[in-house]
Amino acid sequence: MTDELKKMEKMFEAQKPGKPSDAARKAAFSAAMHAFEKENQTSTQGNPAEPRLTNKGNEKSRVVAQLFNWRRLMKTLEPKFAYAAAGGVSLAVLAAAMINVNLTLPYDHSDGALVREHTLPTSEAEPTLEEGLVSSAPSKPDLGGQLSADKSTAAPSNAPMVFMDADRSGAGNQSALLKVQPPAPGKRLGNGRTAFMRQESPAQLSGGIVQNRALTSGQEQIPAGVRSQGRDQFSEIERNPQKLVSDDPVSTFSVDVDTTSYAFTRAALNRGELPQKDAVRVEEMVNYFDYDYTAPTDASQPFSTHMSIMPTPWNEGTKLLRIGIKGFELPPTEAPNANLVFLIDTSGSMEAPNKLPLLRNSFKLLLSSLKPDDTVSIVVYAGSAGTVLEPTQVADNNKIMAALDQLDAGGSTAGAEGIRQAYQLAESQMVEGGVNRVILATDGDFNVGLANPEELKGFVERKRKTGVSLSVLGFGQGNYNDELMQTLAQNGNGNAAYIDTLSEARKVLVEEAGSTLFTIAKDVKLQMEFNPALVDEYRLIGYETRILNREDFNNDKIDAGDIGAGHTVTALYELTPVGSPAKLVDELRYGTETLDTAAGSVNEYGFLKIRYKLPESQTSELISVPVTMSLEVDDLAEAPNDAQFATSVAAFGQLLAGGRYTGNYSYDDVIALAQSAKGTDEFGYRSEFINLVRLAKSAAAMAPQQ
Amino acid sequence: MDMKIDDNQLAAQAAKGDAAAFQLLLERHYDSVYRIAFRFSGQREDAEDLAQDVCTSLAQKIRSFRGDSKFSTWLYRVVMNAARDAHRKRATAVKAAKAYGEVSELERGEQVAADKDAAWLYEALEEVGTDLKETAVLVLAEGFNHAEAADVLDIKESTVSWRMHELRKHLKQMALA
Repeated sequence: MTDELKKMEKMFEAQKPGKPSDAARKAAFSAAMHAFEKENQTSTQGNPAEPRLTNKGNEKSRVVAQLFNWRRLMKTLEPKFAYAAAGGVSLAVLAAAMINVNLTLPYDHSDGALVREHTLPTSEAEPTLEEGLVSSAPSKPDLGGQLSADKSTAAPSNAPMVFMDADRSGAGNQSALLKVQPPAPGKRLGNGRTAFMRQESPAQLSGGIVQNRALTSGQEQIPAGVRSQGRDQFSEIERNPQKLVSDDPVSTFSVDVDTTSYAFTRAALNRGELPQKDAVRVEEMVNYFDYDYTAPTDASQPFSTHMSIMPTPWNEGTKLLRIGIKGFELPPTEAPNANLVFLIDTSGSMEAPNKLPLLRNSFKLLLSSLKPDDTVSIVVYAGSAGTVLEPTQVADNNKIMAALDQLDAGGSTAGAEGIRQAYQLAESQMVEGGVNRVILATDGDFNVGLANPEELKGFVERKRKTGVSLSVLGFGQGNYNDELMQTLAQNGNGNAAYIDTLSEARKVLVEEAGSTLFTIAKDVKLQMEFNPALVDEYRLIGYETRILNREDFNNDKIDAGDIGAGHTVTALYELTPVGSPAKLVDELRYGTETLDTAAGSVNEYGFLKIRYKLPESQTSELISVPVTMSLEVDDLAEAPNDAQFATSVAAFGQLLAGGRYTGNYSYDDVIALAQSAKGTDEFGYRSEFINLVRLAKSAAAMAPQQ
Repeated sequence: MDMKIDDNQLAAQAAKGDAAAFQLLLERHYDSVYRIAFRFSGQREDAEDLAQDVCTSLAQKIRSFRGDSKFSTWLYRVVMNAARDAHRKRATAVKAAKAYGEVSELERGEQVAADKDAAWLYEALEEVGTDLKETAVLVLAEGFNHAEAADVLDIKESTVSWRMHELRKHLKQMALA
């Protein structure tokens, strides 16, 4: 052997792989055994023990997905299995027990905590080997043929399982690695990882809930509930705190028209899991729904504001202020021409039915809402990136359809080249004053190849200045990198949507095509100033990722969200009126200087200012509206239906996010409120919401009480 | 009782849904799966992740094992493929993680200090590309002969030899650069 090779061999030798940690080994075995069980259940029964679900279409496609994409799928299935184990454990275990009926060596049923609550159908399947096999066997690899377990050395099988809080340890950590705009990167990254290293917690192992368990005997159970995890990455959300008007009278934020969080939450709940807390962005849930605000009549003032003040259903001592904004609706005939470039991820991971095939159909839907002289091009990235459809007029429908049909998943990702080509095409077809947009569709496995997310963000941001914006459509689950998608869309002046069903695709791409495609105002910022004479404390519900500094409001250089034609945006504040017993912050003993009494202070809760830029403008315009007492109703039932419904969604979001401020308000209360405020509900979105609350209720009941 | 059921037999049983056989296979091979996984990254956490992915995937893949090669050969092939997938997927994450690396260097302390060589090793492996990397891991780290490596990689023995030759050339160039 030559010197160079010898040298490398030596280095390999010097590298000690060491022993994998017990926790990792356990996690691996348990995940594998679950997979195995699942696998054999599926094939022998032909009817996997799925939790009850309402969304049949979606469900079916996921079952099919098992056949295609085991790897990603295991990540998705593990948490679901946990649910199955909790709810339908007898069935699952019975099935397993039948398969294994003639075994002398039962396998590890590491679902200790869950399984234990139910009687196993046969004593044979009692998982006595957990310890004996899983941890001690590997040190004696030749346990080999010894098919009967040494029960005397086996530790008690039902050693308590500790459920790590999957939200923090797993996702927080991972997303930290990909954090694009970390406020304090060092600190956050350090913390996550360090915590792991010290504790040797298996939560670091990305993956399903199974891996987020540590076996810490003698400790009590720390429940995480049946929370969704997988490789989906969300950045940690610190919920907005209660603020004192006397300290901080002004609240500023950017509008947010994304709805990703709602779709993601729905997907999780449909699997019978509660979503990760950090996946819950209350404002995106509230803004998922269409509210029937009256639109402004002419384009010179691009939106109208609708406010109401009503009692808070979850807190007797506070009031809710609802701010609704409705964008100008563009008559279809006046819609500017669109130049759309679909940038489609066709890497192997997109093969699952809820990804590429769904995407294909989604885009076909979008085509139907475009005008004949709009142009569409398609760039794929997988293996080698390439343009599969040169810019083509929508009139040439067949050609576009054929190109879509020929898309095939396979190969690795070559995202960098793809994204460059997409922008190049968009620029080559630039429609002055029209819609120039790259629509990126991916499952989040976005290995763009541009050296890192930061660089990608910069690229997208630069391109935005040339007039090409970016929308991101997320598909699939289990590997979804939410934060990266959000960041990209935000920096590309676009929006991010998560598409899990064809009806969602219809909502995002067809019904909202106007708002998704035709921006009527950009950098829209809201600033609410509260009147200390009437309001003691306030809390903005949601918008955590959209908070701006007070001084950013008037700074036109500071980017904020865009509003499309016909779009509605809703924000809710919880207000504690002066003198209310619900006050959370104590008075200062030594007080503050007397407050100036400004004009209108006796009958105004506050003053709302909205800043926006018209699409072509670089300077902002201002709309200001006082929030007067005349907007107030004494009974929630008297508030507009839309306000009530938005309140129920906000309550639900807060409950899912931990319910810090919602007191005893329950899922049942949410259902009752939403039910009464449902209205005509033409497309059934609100009914679907009510169903989701029911699912959350049962998923929460499944989870150990927190 | 039969003291040593061979792997191929167990695999056949597992393919039929025999969970005990499947578990036994995991028991026997987890350590080597982990070890090879480790060779690909030099990071314990990554290796543990990868090993878990492999184990999980086996639940399904075991059915496709035909028994015409040694089980371990087949298994290594599965590991290789999984490593390739994971590598592709992580490309971005790894780069982002480099910033984190500086933070944790202090925490990892001595290990990192002693691992300058390792850094070179993994950089070099990264540079030579997937094919050569896999071959290097099998031949140099795991001590496979060219025929065995060829078996795992499902290529001709002569290709392995050629790759080793290429590898040497690359390393030489790197040393000069």
